[in-house]
Amino acid sequence: MLAASMVANISVAQQRNPYTGDPKMAKAGEFQFRINCAFCHGLGARGGGRGPDLTRAHKRHGDSDAEIFNTINNGVPGTAMPQNGTTGQGVGMTEEEIWQVITYLRSVEVKATAKVAGDPVHGKQLFYGDGNCSGCHMVQGKGGRLGPDLSGVAGARSPEYIVDSVRNPSRRLAKGLLEATKEFPQEYETITVVTSEGKKIEGVALNEDSFSVQVMGQDEQIYSFEKASLRSFTKSRSSLMPKYDESLLSDKDLQDIVAFLISVGSQ
Amino acid sequence: MKTTVSACLLLFAVAASQAQVTSSRLLNSAKEPQNWLTYSGDYSGRRFSGLDQINAGNVHSLVAKWVYQTGATGKFETTPLVADGVLYATAPDNRAFALDVRTGRPIWLYQRQLPGDIRPCCGRVNRGVAILGDKVFFGTLDAHVLALDTKTGNIIWDVTSVDYRLGYSYTVAPLAVKNLVIIGVSGGEYGIRGFIDAYDADTGQRKWRFYTIPGPGETGHESWEGDSWKIGGAPAWMTGVYDPATNQILWPTGNPSPSNRGEGRSGDNLYTNSLLALDADSGKLNWHFQFTRHDEHDWDATQVPIMIDLGEKHFIAQANRNGFFYVLNRDTHKLLFANPYAKTTWTNTKDAEGRPVQDKEGGPTPEGRAICPGALGATNWMSPSYNSQAGLFYVNAREECDIFSTAPQPYEAGHAYYGSAYFPADETEPYWGALRALDPATGKIKWEFRHTSPSWSGVLSTAGGLVFTGDSEGNFIALDAQSGKALWHFQTGSAVYAAPMAFAVDGHEYVAIAAGSSLYAFGLP
Repeated sequence: MLAASMVANISVAQQRNPYTGDPKMAKAGEFQFRINCAFCHGLGARGGGRGPDLTRAHKRHGDSDAEIFNTINNGVPGTAMPQNGTTGQGVGMTEEEIWQVITYLRSVEVKATAKVAGDPVHGKQLFYGDGNCSGCHMVQGKGGRLGPDLSGVAGARSPEYIVDSVRNPSRRLAKGLLEATKEFPQEYETITVVTSEGKKIEGVALNEDSFSVQVMGQDEQIYSFEKASLRSFTKSRSSLMPKYDESLLSDKDLQDIVAFLISVGSQ
Repeated sequence: MKTTVSACLLLFAVAASQAQVTSSRLLNSAKEPQNWLTYSGDYSGRRFSGLDQINAGNVHSLVAKWVYQTGATGKFETTPLVADGVLYATAPDNRAFALDVRTGRPIWLYQRQLPGDIRPCCGRVNRGVAILGDKVFFGTLDAHVLALDTKTGNIIWDVTSVDYRLGYSYTVAPLAVKNLVIIGVSGGEYGIRGFIDAYDADTGQRKWRFYTIPGPGETGHESWEGDSWKIGGAPAWMTGVYDPATNQILWPTGNPSPSNRGEGRSGDNLYTNSLLALDADSGKLNWHFQFTRHDEHDWDATQVPIMIDLGEKHFIAQANRNGFFYVLNRDTHKLLFANPYAKTTWTNTKDAEGRPVQDKEGGPTPEGRAICPGALGATNWMSPSYNSQAGLFYVNAREECDIFSTAPQPYEAGHAYYGSAYFPADETEPYWGALRALDPATGKIKWEFRHTSPSWSGVLSTAGGLVFTGDSEGNFIALDAQSGKALWHFQTGSAVYAAPMAFAVDGHEYVAIAAGSSLYAFGLP
């Protein structure tokens, strides 16, 4: 709460970053970033468990200095992005420190994102057709429910990250439900159970505790199990998503799918 | 009129049972297991209840008897005290309250008007009160110590301990000893100089202060580089224990500042991450044991230590945030052993006394290095418990590794002073945790109950052969003390950040836990 209140005491924040282009300030901002932001946004601002990749030039909640300042200082209601100083991890930043962080983010921003190599029209056909992505993933209200909704993924993750997630889906499992008072989100782990009647059900974990598990089956039904009543319970960090290697999906087709996701998701 | 008469009779009946909590009652708290008179239940720190009405045979039928909702948000870390039918506890934002233990109905409520620029590190939390005479005592986030009237919640005295704007605060439950209120300060994230204070319970007058970092001319001062001692941390934010046989307060201390940067504060950095044995009357240091020398991981050694007597020998045991379980002889002050109870990668060697010492590759780097346990430690503020009947020490262990980095950071009064921070390791195994039962004679793990994710809950053990704890998925769980088998659980609806306690009224045993914004009391149907 320290910095939040200190900043709040300053009547109107500046609209422009006073440290623009200053490498010393960018370095100071990197340290601030590590203390206050990296827990969610990852080392180097390349995205982490909860937070989007901030090296992307386009930020969902505004690209201007003033907008980014506002996002950092006030948080984003309805998301995991907290108000400055309320994370419980760090202790908040002063106005100067927020500008340092913005200077740092500008220094690691990837500029060349305007041109996308792939063909988004073909990518869309693949997504909903032969690529079979929409069997499990939804984009703008169309598609399946088993995997994460990808409507906004391109605004949160770099193209390289998306490519890696398709080629190696088990390397980093996507994060799912985050409860208000819990530190760690549920991940898209694969659950396999055999019920007391001998019925086998495989699906994705929606939530889990020591005694129960909530699963979305491959049939998109929501199941709830008491672990003690099951014949067997297995949890795996091997994703239900097939590993799309080049024999399943060529580099070019994958680029097209990424281009489609960027065309819808980074707006 | 008849109603009035019977109401008066009832009031009289209840009031008659309300003797004051004297220091002699605190010394002999084992004789009144229906009450819970100190943070850890007694002076030894065991967090053990002598009540056995709820036991392994009937715990499966446990039900919620009442729930009190504080309306506060943030981590609810309190351990309530119960004295003669009244429960006293605290809640976030420096709320304090008294409840009728029979019904959970409030008797009085207090909330401090906190200034806007307080410096809590990790939430606007508080872990509870101490009780003595007709007062309860608690420390505030703006670094005051308060005495409230047990019957009304009115302020009897209010003492400014230190300037909170320099980064000091109180989150700890104080400990009442003789006629003193002992309290340790928080602020290891701000470059404070830590201390433990003792206040006269009647007047609030400060009787002694022990600085946890020695000043010029004092023993241990040479363990600091230059002026680093002035801002070297060593907070004391968890409740210690009291050994009446030697009249010593045994109180643990926290990390050196900046927590993740050793450069600029070379040396052992006494008395950070130590157990201090202070004379209760004078506050003078009798002896100390430093668990982690020159720490660079933010591994506060503030975990509640437990005095354990085995045969004629007097020990004190601590499951430390650095991943080792230490057992010390209280008479000789020598380390018996330090055994890992969770995954540790920061040390492969021990010094001549048997104390683990950090490897060259065990500290943070500018680029970041994966080290276990993680920054939040193999355990943290969640209280352990010791059950002498089972002969086991119970602790919630966190299995996690983090990437520790370090960076230069200038000190600025009242500002965060970390020397960089930590991050979850990207592609490591997911974090998990377990309630572990340790043998204090050998340090061996006897059993574990695995949690889905690391728990922040403390542990209670009881004469009913039970262990109670919570998890981050919101369950409050009863387990068999000998086998670790889960016998009962209740979904509270929030990750648990508090430690359980037990009490009895009208012959009925209750077990209580804080979770979310609610305080729950469970009993047999």
